[in-house]
Amino acid sequence: QESQASGLPEYIKIVEVGPRDGLQNEKVIVPTDIKIELINRLSRTGLPAIEVTSFVSSKWVPQMADHKEVMRGIERHPGVQYPVLTPNLQGFHSAIAAGATEVSVFGAASESFSKMNINCSIEESIEKFEEVAKSARNMNIPVRGYVSCALGCPYEGNIIPAKVAEVSKRLYSMGCYEISLGDTIGVGTPGSMKRMLEAVMKEIPLSALAVHCHDTYGQALANILTAIQMGVAVVDSSVAGLGGCPYAKGATGNVATEDVIYMLNGLGINTGVNLYTVMEAGNFICTALNKKTNSKVAQASFNTG
Amino acid sequence: EVGPRDGLQNEKNVVPTAVKINLINMLSETGLQVIEATSFVSPRWVPQMADHTEVMQGINKLPGVSYPVLTPNLKGFQAAVAAGAKEVSIFGAASELFTKKNINCSIEESLERFDEVMTAARTASIPVRGYVSCVLGCPYEGKISAAKVAEVSKKMYSMGCYEISLGDTIGIGTPGSMKEMLTAVMKEVPVGALAVHCHDTYGQALANILVALQMGVSVVDASVAGLGGCPYAQGASGNVATEDLVYMLNGLGIHTGVDLQKLMDTGTFICNALNRRTNSKVSQASCRL
Repeated sequence: QESQASGLPEYIKIVEVGPRDGLQNEKVIVPTDIKIELINRLSRTGLPAIEVTSFVSSKWVPQMADHKEVMRGIERHPGVQYPVLTPNLQGFHSAIAAGATEVSVFGAASESFSKMNINCSIEESIEKFEEVAKSARNMNIPVRGYVSCALGCPYEGNIIPAKVAEVSKRLYSMGCYEISLGDTIGVGTPGSMKRMLEAVMKEIPLSALAVHCHDTYGQALANILTAIQMGVAVVDSSVAGLGGCPYAKGATGNVATEDVIYMLNGLGINTGVNLYTVMEAGNFICTALNKKTNSKVAQASFNTG
Repeated sequence: EVGPRDGLQNEKNVVPTAVKINLINMLSETGLQVIEATSFVSPRWVPQMADHTEVMQGINKLPGVSYPVLTPNLKGFQAAVAAGAKEVSIFGAASELFTKKNINCSIEESLERFDEVMTAARTASIPVRGYVSCVLGCPYEGKISAAKVAEVSKKMYSMGCYEISLGDTIGIGTPGSMKEMLTAVMKEVPVGALAVHCHDTYGQALANILVALQMGVSVVDASVAGLGGCPYAQGASGNVATEDLVYMLNGLGIHTGVDLQKLMDTGTFICNALNRRTNSKVSQASCRL
């Protein structure tokens, strides 16, 4: 009742990206069995979606070289989605062969970022994704679309909301069921988040939108709050805040799932996720990575006294 | 800016007087209009603030900038004024247990002590700022009712405090509890006299501050580099970093008059002096190694 009265969504779907986005951007590479154990633990927390791995050439992303083994090795809990990244048709087929039942494609709102990241223009990347989307449609495989640099680009700087809306619309029109808007370098603030969402919401229904905020400048929770105040009901996050920022050495990246859930719990918003079990999973992976958690909730909870 | 007092008081390492003075002087150059300088408390209780008189007398006082100091009782108040203080602060709490553990008396008794300070301050035309601790939760009592916060705030405002700073002392609050608490307090104290003092122990500070701003609060406490850990959760963070707050306000198009770069430079200075990493994410991100 509390969340309803305040105009906030009653339920928010958390998409856990730690095993993919998180681990891909960590310095230390973890063995396959640790990845599988992490995903299995996350499956028991109530999280409805866990991004498992990436079917990208191991030449480009060595951390995800074991994509097939991970896909085949994890427990598949009923009611939990296990999307994987598939940048092109080849990756898509490989993913399906390994048992994937949902895939994601990554676009960007910045030409420079697209060029530097995947060595082609936005238009060329969209063409590749269209091939994936077409095959996926034939096989009844849902496709999630990501738009990077939604609030700023490490190369171009400011990104205009209209461009984000345009790319989002292309991805949505080709059949992506959900568009995750990513503040890739965490430069956004509630001000720019609002302007960007207002533009995108003119083209895409609210229920098909998600936000993927990075906490590089400490703005993630404030940005997520702004998004949910505008009705967005899907939020990406990473257990223990795994995944640094490749564009600002030593800086943080993904927002911590624990911190997001803490906030949503406090707002009376249902997520279906057990915070304590997420903290335990976070503790597990941080021990394996030999690093401190980036989650403030975990830091505060494991240290009281 | 509460770094030099709330921040340094809660840091493991103690810095020499000269460093404190330099910190405050650097902060004065950033455009900040209020810098909490020190605390006139007995050094037996707070050794980190033992040099309060030297600090107060040593800093450059820029015109247009206030340098409030903590004064827990009349004795502290008199020492502060003698040392040149022109504004003081008193600390109340919305929790009986916290008050007992912290200053060994009840809330009612603490307000009686403050009454002496208020009378003296009024006579000397010295503005008094009131703090209310534990507004969103207490390390001993747990949940704190919004009505209690409103009651204590009202008493302090009625005593003559020009501003009431509502402190989430253990950082446990969320936008939900912040909204509920402010709704109750705003029935008793005009929003123009309210400030929020959020701790980032659970990463909620900026989201909580955003909610407060949305409700009309326009005074926010913060600590350069996020100085000051949480005494109730070992290793956890405490104060929200001024840099991160200013970054957000800039992005919202809200005017603060503060130069973010100068602020970051000040943060770098004090972190070097303390031999610690900054707690400000903006500072971390902006530092390309």
